[in-house]
Amino acid sequence: MSITKAVERIEVNITVNGQDYQRVIEPRLLLVQFLREELRLTGTRIGCDTTYCGACTVLLNGKPVKSCTVLAVQADQSEIMTVEGLEQDDELHPLQTAFSEHHGLQCGYCTPGMLMSSYALLAANPKPSQKEIRKAIAGNLCRCTGYHNIFIAIDAAAKKMQDS
Amino acid sequence: MREYGDGARALAGGQTLLVLMKLRFDEPSDIIDLGSIPDMCYIDHDDDEVRIGALATHAAIAESPLGEMIPIIKDCANGIADVQVRNRGTIGGSLASGDPSCDWPALLHTLDAELLCEGPDGQRILPIQGFVEDLYQTALAPNEILTEVRFKRPPINSSGAYAGFKRCAPAYPTATAGVQITLTDNNLCQDVRIALGSAGLTPIHATDAERVLRGKALNAETIEQATEAAVNAAEPVEDMRGSERFKRSVLAVLVKRAIDAATRRCRGEKVEMSHEYY
Repeated sequence: MSITKAVERIEVNITVNGQDYQRVIEPRLLLVQFLREELRLTGTRIGCDTTYCGACTVLLNGKPVKSCTVLAVQADQSEIMTVEGLEQDDELHPLQTAFSEHHGLQCGYCTPGMLMSSYALLAANPKPSQKEIRKAIAGNLCRCTGYHNIFIAIDAAAKKMQDS
Repeated sequence: MREYGDGARALAGGQTLLVLMKLRFDEPSDIIDLGSIPDMCYIDHDDDEVRIGALATHAAIAESPLGEMIPIIKDCANGIADVQVRNRGTIGGSLASGDPSCDWPALLHTLDAELLCEGPDGQRILPIQGFVEDLYQTALAPNEILTEVRFKRPPINSSGAYAGFKRCAPAYPTATAGVQITLTDNNLCQDVRIALGSAGLTPIHATDAERVLRGKALNAETIEQATEAAVNAAEPVEDMRGSERFKRSVLAVLVKRAIDAATRRCRGEKVEMSHEYY
């Protein structure tokens, strides 16, 4: 029945990585599609598309969410941070450096989501315990690493960020 | 809701509805985003009563003073899915979806909650008992929305625990059990509520199990009998999470753990409790 209906397009104003974007979009567009297809920010991945794997994790007003399960119109007037927002002045974020140094990735598909979940963790809790690290990324699946090196990388980044 | 008719759906956090739509289990003609309604995210309490706005997220509830005041609430709110889903999913959405895997419908049976519903004909207050009528079917009229969850604050000699088991954090639970116990001064079970989640097409309120414990001392024998009655009340359906038999054995463990933790909390002990996963 909806096919016969003319689809109304809606204007959204969304801030992504500090930059304001105004777009007129179909209401059915998911936030992850908005980021990838409208803004061409393809760092955020679509993995399972069923709210399971966490590859699409971005921060919405500072809190990690699965952008495959948020409509872009729901993010109107919000601030989004994606993996592209981690790097500052051509310098990788300490989390990115730590993932590289400690082999916290193999194929890299889950990495943007892992980074955003761990970024949110360290913003709220700069000295997380092993248990807290595990709980923070429990919604992010990795099929390569076995998680071990990811835990090590997050722990190392936390320590490095405290020292600096 | 009246304007758009029966095919319309109210959207809260979207953590159930959007998933159901992707699976083509639901194909709404229109979606009405409740996110634009202000002031539906409150988490309030006074000396007698707790009132939670339908759009309060699981994360906000877990972090609110309620979490410390009423431990069973924190067990549940902190154990649902993962960080990302807890940041978006709401208590109202969990109830209104009628999804048998959602935790709040089962949990709120342990607190005798009431649900405030509003539609074109005004407000009604529905008891949690019977609110989920069948699989994805609730007592809400098509043009009605759930606006508030309210329940009496448990007395000082009462505490509870919510135990769940799931295969991994983002997975729906294999089974869950919530127990709220009120103990007398001489350690008898003055009153108790036992509810099971993901244990049938609707939440299971294990009234037979409650009858076993009410007025009795909590010991190995009575706990065993109550657990058996609770597991008998369950109607688990075999699916990818396990066979009926497996789910009944998981439920038995969860009911016992929840009774144990609730009793210890009644006596003032601090007990960590949440959904367990590999």
